[in-house]
Amino acid sequence: MTLDSKIPSGPIEKKWDTHRFNMKLVNPSNRRKYTVIMVGTGLAGASAAASLGELGYNVLAFSYHESPRRAHSIAAQGGINAPKNYSNDGDSIWRLFYDTVKGGDYRAREANVYRLAQVSGNIIDQCVAQGVPFARDYAGYLDNRSFGGAQVSRTFYARGQTGQQLLMGAYSALSRQINAGTVKFFPRREMLDLVIVNGQARGIICRDLVTGKIETYAANAVVLATGGYANTFYLSTMAKASNATALWRAYKKGAAFANPCFTQIHPTCIPQGGPYQSKLTLMSESLRNDGRIWVPKKKGETRKPQDIPEEERDYYLERMYPSFGNLVPRDVASRRAKEMCDKGFGVGSTGLAVYLDFADAISRLGKHVIEERYGNLCDMYHEITAEDPYTTPMRIYPAAHYTMGGLWVDYNLMSTIPGLFVGGEANFSDHGANRLGASALMQGLADGYFILPYTLGNYLASTKFDSVKTSDGAFKEAQSGIEDMIKRLMSINGKKTVEEFHRELGKVMWEFVGMGRNKTRLQQALKEIPQIREEFWKNVKVVGAANDLNAELERAGRVADFLELGELLALDALHREESCGGHFREEHQTEEGEALRNDKKFSYVAAWEFAGVGTKPVLNKEPLKFEYVKPSQRSYK
Amino acid sequence: MDFKLKIWRQKNRNDKGQFVDYEVKAVSPDASFLEMLDILNDTLVKKGEEPIAFDHDCREGICGSCGMVIDGRSHGPGRGIATCELRMRVFRDSDTIVAEPWRTKAFPILKDLIVDRTALDRIMAAGGYISSKTGGVPEANSIPVPKHDAEESMDAAACIGCGACVAACPNSSAMLFVAAKVSQFALLPQGKIERKERVLRMVEQMDKEGFGNCSNNYACEAECPKKISVTHIARLNREFIRAELT
Ligand SMILES: Cc1cc2nc3c(=O)[nH]c(=O)nc-3n(C[C@H](O)[C@H](O)[C@H](O)COP(=O)(O)OP(=O)(O)OC[C@H]3O[C@@H](n4cnc5c(N)ncnc54)[C@H](O)[C@@H]3O)c2cc1C
Ligand code: SF4
Ligand code: FES
Repeated sequence: MTLDSKIPSGPIEKKWDTHRFNMKLVNPSNRRKYTVIMVGTGLAGASAAASLGELGYNVLAFSYHESPRRAHSIAAQGGINAPKNYSNDGDSIWRLFYDTVKGGDYRAREANVYRLAQVSGNIIDQCVAQGVPFARDYAGYLDNRSFGGAQVSRTFYARGQTGQQLLMGAYSALSRQINAGTVKFFPRREMLDLVIVNGQARGIICRDLVTGKIETYAANAVVLATGGYANTFYLSTMAKASNATALWRAYKKGAAFANPCFTQIHPTCIPQGGPYQSKLTLMSESLRNDGRIWVPKKKGETRKPQDIPEEERDYYLERMYPSFGNLVPRDVASRRAKEMCDKGFGVGSTGLAVYLDFADAISRLGKHVIEERYGNLCDMYHEITAEDPYTTPMRIYPAAHYTMGGLWVDYNLMSTIPGLFVGGEANFSDHGANRLGASALMQGLADGYFILPYTLGNYLASTKFDSVKTSDGAFKEAQSGIEDMIKRLMSINGKKTVEEFHRELGKVMWEFVGMGRNKTRLQQALKEIPQIREEFWKNVKVVGAANDLNAELERAGRVADFLELGELLALDALHREESCGGHFREEHQTEEGEALRNDKKFSYVAAWEFAGVGTKPVLNKEPLKFEYVKPSQRSYK
Repeated sequence: MDFKLKIWRQKNRNDKGQFVDYEVKAVSPDASFLEMLDILNDTLVKKGEEPIAFDHDCREGICGSCGMVIDGRSHGPGRGIATCELRMRVFRDSDTIVAEPWRTKAFPILKDLIVDRTALDRIMAAGGYISSKTGGVPEANSIPVPKHDAEESMDAAACIGCGACVAACPNSSAMLFVAAKVSQFALLPQGKIERKERVLRMVEQMDKEGFGNCSNNYACEAECPKKISVTHIARLNREFIRAELT
């Protein structure tokens, strides 16, 4: 496999413009002759489908959700970045570019990141025009806040529901195209395979989740905008149904999977309450602006937090990082919390939590200020735990939250399979080894509104297409492959539920491939995951019927894929003998315990190529060059 | 905590359906209502029975997927929460709890507690947007919006499209849902240009889908998980009259 990133030549500021000029265009009257399949209608997919439909292409959009509005983009709270410099605090495209490359710990492609920063301003214009009710100041202009430790205020927000409002904007644009007849939306359809004809992605196999019918669809190109794979960890801040099936089946058809081990663990989530727990809820990281994080100094402490005197508390982040204190980056805060709990200082009934305490802030600023700032979060916490965070410190714990890795794409967002494009969280492109707050929404919409519509057009205009029908052999073959897999799942009739296997995998992923990774533990994971997988295929119990609405069957297929993806994630983590961003290898740290990169050996994108289940995949490397932002060591002391 | 449950089971659209009794034991008061159903489903699957089908995804009250009538109330007891946010501690030990799907002609039951709410998407497609083209828009700050209007627009935009308002309404009206969208746009300068066509088309589609009329019962507001105010219905009515007259 050769990886050609297709980065245009010339100075970084000019690359995208030059590239756009050089791209071939499809004559407007010819566009409706081209069919594009859009799998996924979250921020990335809905915005791309709407824009492509508007250009006049014939778009078929699919989602396993009932409506595009239910995609997990809806849950994003904090905001979306754009270097508008409305705050007059020195922001610029260049600064956002710089922050993102550095924040990604020098494992992202400079050219892509620059383009992202360049188009991000247009996203805000677009959203405002669509009627997204962003927060405003008293003069009626857009308000900005600083987010995730950024030194400038460049984050646009709509209360704590930014993702919801942006998705509603994209969904309304999509609805308009559905009404115009350029986009046809297929709800409750799950893509289960990609169809390749003569080396090009030409269609998909879907299951109608209501009737169980297996369907085939043909097109000139296929786009995957299917979100991230953090549910490999079972417990995460992702929605219950979020999964990696579309990505994984495309990987098995030849698309390279890039940097699977670059996963993000968010430090402030509500901890697991008990074994019944089904998912974890994110608490915005803004809480760390006023909350102090601590654990008791005594192991196995049983007193209530209020009864533990000041001198018996360890404000460990403030102790270890006197200058950044509680505001250290996500990866550092997460790792330290886990470390404290592993050592036996954790609190709560499970011992897997640390305190986040507002007592000081309340006595300094008054309760009303804290209420004003975090009222909705405190309510949410109270709703879930029945504890009052104004009088009892919150209990928080890290949780899997975002995946920077994904299918490898070139500058045009095309994967290693011609005609298969990937947008949003599903691709690996812009965040390197660590994503900064408020930049995933930005990337999803940049891909959908401003990049894919151009690069797809270029592909369609410059490619020769044979006529393809769903009655062709490639479709029949893929369809019967899927039907066989379903039959196999339904016929095992074992003793363990799908959920039990998923939980088991999640435990291994969290323990051995979670925050602090090392060789021994990763090898342990690589031993245990195939064992769980093997047992799954012998002992899983899938009830119900295949030709019916069957949530168990849906889940079984997804968990089968997680059981393979988990192994690749561990393998990638084992091979990357360095620490960078969210990937922390305990063997590679500075004396102060910080991530230690190895730029000489690992300044590349690891793009894995499928070689069969249980067989070691082939590693392809795309070297990363930093011409504009020189790699340096992060420090938060 | 232990509970007795009466849950609506219905194989598909055409099946008649019926309540079936279940019991769950030793549920943590901190578990959510959906986690309680997970526990029950786990035991059903282990016995080889089909689990109860219910819609859900984010489990934090924002995607609008979940929703059922619990003890006669949309999204169950409690105000301003979706079913997924409901915790078992609000019930009493050994309570009998009744759960059934949204019941309205416009939302056909697909299976057990899952209904088809695509009628709401079709109302959106009829006019729930501002016809701005990708790229063909002015600089964001060239459209100032008075803070108060932006806030009120955001209040309306908080709707999660769950359909609880319809289920709660004795007439199965979707007025609160439609009003929230019409209101969000009518309050913004960007949305004023198409206000007439929008309200007429959305209301027309709403009628076509078989939703009932609003008779100012206000059960919708009481059961709405996002506390969308009925004042938006008043605005919808004004917008509608205005559009009809001009
Ligand atoms: C709790 C939370 C808070 C966050 N807060 C922020 C924030 O403040 N700022 C920020 O920038 N980012 C934030 N993020 C990250 C950001 O929300 C996501 O990365 C982003 O929204 C992903 O968008 P997407 O379009 O790529 O995927 P999604 O929105 O997940 O959409 C995926 C789509 O693909 C469909 N799909 C998937 N697989 C299939 C299949 N096989 N067949 C058919 N359809 C399929 C789904 O139905 C859905 O329509 C947050 C994430 C979480 C979880
Ligand atoms: S108005 Fe309220 S009850 Fe009705 S769909 Fe919207 S959020 Fe649900
Ligand atoms: S599951 Fe998303 S709102 Fe309840």
